Amino acid sequence: MSADLFDLGFLEAADALAKKAVSSEELTSALLDRSEKLEPALNSLTWFSREAARAEARAADAARAAGDKRPFLGVPIAIKDLLNVKGQPCTAGSNILKGYVAPYDATVIARLRAAGCVFVSRTNTDEFAMGGSTETSAYGTTRNPWDVSRVPGGSSGGSAAAVAARLAPAALASDTGGSIRQPAAFCGVTGFKPTYGRVSRYGCTAFASSLDQVGPIARSVEDAAAVYQVIAGLDPHDSTTSPRPVGDGLPEVRAAKDLKGLKLGLPKEYFVEGLDPEVEKLTRAAVEQCRALGAEIVDVDLPHSQYGIACYYILAPAEASANLARYDGVRYGFRAESEDLLEMYEKTRAQGFGAEVKRRVILGTYVLSSGFHDAYYLRAQKVRTLIRGDFEKAFARCDAILGPVTPTAAFRVGEKSADPVQMYLGDIFTVNVNLAGICGLSVPCGFTPNGLPAGLHVVGPAFEEARILKIGAAYQHATDWHRKHPKI
Amino acid sequence: MNDFIPSIGLEVHVQLKTRTKMFCACPAHTEGEPNTAVCPVCLGLPGALPVMNREAIRKTVKVGLMIGSRISLRSTFDRKNYFYPDMAKNYQITQQAAPLCIGGAVEIEVEGKKKTIRVNHIHQEEDVAKSTHMENSTEIDFSRAGTPLMELVTEPDMSSPDEAIAFLTALKEMLIYAGISDCNLEMGHVRCDVNSSVRPAGTDKLGVKSELKNMNTFKGIHRALEYELDRQMETLRKNGSLAQETRRWDDIAGITLPMRSKEYAHDYRYFPEPDLPPVVLDTATVEAWRAELPELPAAKRARFVAEYGLPEYDAGVLTADKAISEYFEAGAKKSGNFKAVSNWVMGELLRALGEKGQGIADAKISPEALAELIALVDAKTINMPAAKEVFQTLFENGGNPMAIVKEKGLAQVSDAGAIDGFAGQAIAANPKVADEFRAGKEAALMFLVGQVMKLSRGKANPQLAAEALRQKLQA
Repeated sequence: MSADLFDLGFLEAADALAKKAVSSEELTSALLDRSEKLEPALNSLTWFSREAARAEARAADAARAAGDKRPFLGVPIAIKDLLNVKGQPCTAGSNILKGYVAPYDATVIARLRAAGCVFVSRTNTDEFAMGGSTETSAYGTTRNPWDVSRVPGGSSGGSAAAVAARLAPAALASDTGGSIRQPAAFCGVTGFKPTYGRVSRYGCTAFASSLDQVGPIARSVEDAAAVYQVIAGLDPHDSTTSPRPVGDGLPEVRAAKDLKGLKLGLPKEYFVEGLDPEVEKLTRAAVEQCRALGAEIVDVDLPHSQYGIACYYILAPAEASANLARYDGVRYGFRAESEDLLEMYEKTRAQGFGAEVKRRVILGTYVLSSGFHDAYYLRAQKVRTLIRGDFEKAFARCDAILGPVTPTAAFRVGEKSADPVQMYLGDIFTVNVNLAGICGLSVPCGFTPNGLPAGLHVVGPAFEEARILKIGAAYQHATDWHRKHPKI
Repeated sequence: MNDFIPSIGLEVHVQLKTRTKMFCACPAHTEGEPNTAVCPVCLGLPGALPVMNREAIRKTVKVGLMIGSRISLRSTFDRKNYFYPDMAKNYQITQQAAPLCIGGAVEIEVEGKKKTIRVNHIHQEEDVAKSTHMENSTEIDFSRAGTPLMELVTEPDMSSPDEAIAFLTALKEMLIYAGISDCNLEMGHVRCDVNSSVRPAGTDKLGVKSELKNMNTFKGIHRALEYELDRQMETLRKNGSLAQETRRWDDIAGITLPMRSKEYAHDYRYFPEPDLPPVVLDTATVEAWRAELPELPAAKRARFVAEYGLPEYDAGVLTADKAISEYFEAGAKKSGNFKAVSNWVMGELLRALGEKGQGIADAKISPEALAELIALVDAKTINMPAAKEVFQTLFENGGNPMAIVKEKGLAQVSDAGAIDGFAGQAIAANPKVADEFRAGKEAALMFLVGQVMKLSRGKANPQLAAEALRQKLQA
């Protein structure tokens, strides 16, 4: 193997390790070397430990030498700093959890661990996953590897930037309103949000419980599918996970070469004012590519799409206001010096949380408060039902829906941080998928004249992950946007 | 004193007797070192999620079935938001919009008057951690956090402290009977919020209520209510006005005090718990749970009167504790002399248990042995004092009554010759008493019978002894 071990994707790394062409220790070291070299420019990681990662890698190598044939033994993966890995810090990008070391493994981590993966680094995130640019992290802003003056998207900007910059073959991330798909689009990598209830949230620090979903960011659809296969499925620790069998879709995904017999819906609501013409052009070209691969393209309506943002920015903060109440300085994490209990609560939370988190906690508290509950929270729940209904009707007419992931390509650092509403509007094409609880995939579909990547959004009905992964894989079979690397 | 009518409503929190906690696999009701029965879920660590305890649901539904509630086949959990150090998540998972059991009623009886207390609903929730307030700090034990609780909310149907206690007693009896909870008040298994108000006689609209939080002894509730109702009435009599407020009972001072508004002024901001799907039950399951219900105290009481011909009083004492009622029935079935079994259980057995501070489960005397002992008395094989001695041996060591009688030589002496001899000796030793009897003092005979008993070391048949003495003295 050449010096460019870090070029290996997830499945490529698994193959190379299985053939003993490379050891996990070599691969892990190469990624850590590269992380050390690029992190000053990117700031995509919140934590990594050479000693810890190499010890895990060596253990994997020893297991392999002893005959262990687990398919992903020794394959390194980066983890969003929201997912609990036993013995590693888990801060959710927040000062309030500074110094907090996770005492248990999230279910997805336990499953990756059982599959043999090495947890090589932790990736940056908007504080408690609240943001679309990874600018709200207490660890500072992550930069887009394609243009370090621009944001990587968010909240999983660290995972997307790290995978794009080849600091890890793949990463785990979470998606509450687009937090996997939008940064994947901004960074030119593949991001996959499974159906709500498909992947356990146990051990994923909660932002908005009815919307959060864990998924992979990877170099290709098949890599994402491979990680997904490991983490998906019923978990007795998460009552919202579905007992529906996941099945082994990976061979079909890897074999997908065309889209014959598939009806793909194109919602007119996703091609509206505000959509950057360059991004629109790339999206439409990708749609044409799908048609060329044999898909029938049909028009569909998602009439309540425009209410998604308002609905989301009521429900997600409402849930967050309760989920973040536990960070009070009593049991763990940061505690401010204070004279009495009330002062401790107030100072701990005032000093521990950043501005965006405070904004959402206050917003969420407001919409649930007596006198406003019905006008905001209850009404938003009704809108959510309508949005879910839109998709159900649309999926009666098509197998999956295509569209842009984001209205624009990556914006500049600081460009939107002064205007939360502008930032929120960036979620316009992604939040409805979370509100409906269905699955969505972002695949690279080209570059703007500025050299910035854009993503094609493939949205599928609940629990039809295999279908959209096959669509994405067929698209990637015919294109090589996902093979482009940023020059960094 | 009848110028005002009190209305009392209770919110009763009961810890359910389950092996594990409400939303995690930690053991419930541990008595180990503080903060040892804990896990990411009950400590509210980042990323932890609740998983519902089906056994707790089953127990709460059974309570609903016992009091005739409508069981919700689909009920949901909600988050109740407030900050307190004993609550790890700073929200409590409870049921607000769609509780498990709706409606129902409990019959009480105070001074012979029966009354029905309506129940508004019963919901399922989790207990908070246990706070112990020290001089300069508060110690929190999360081992208790997440213990399954049911909260039963009554209508304001009680009108005296006695009725409130009668309700709690009836509820407690039922819960223990059905194995829902041990209802150990010292252990904090039962805690009440007590709402009360008074209104002028002849009016219908309820007065302004006060709420006494977190009461955990029946005696305390009774005293607090007496004080609180009196306070409210006195205030109104003096043309004062009452505020709707939360108060706390100071047991030492014997008064209620308003709590600082900061301590209770909450907007709980309830919303559906997104981490838990609705609890969905089917009729077959509910019916299967109904079939598991034991006969309830009130029904058993009536049956004991009808089936065993016991006085109401006996039936009440025997059924107050399920284990005792079962002991009685086992003994009664074996013996056939129901009233004697009742007397022995209510008398000697409860006394002996009380002295030792034991429960019926600890008693070494089996109901079968008690029945046999009664048979020996009925057959006049032994007399009552001897029977009590045998009982004590059976109570302490167990064993077979007849064997003990033989071993101790306690069989009643009914042999005319032997009794005659004892009678002669008694008269000879007490000539003055004998003369008194002869002079017509009937009571003197009892003294002489006592002497015969003494001489026979308690074994003489007292009736035969009296006859023998009478014969000799009147001869």
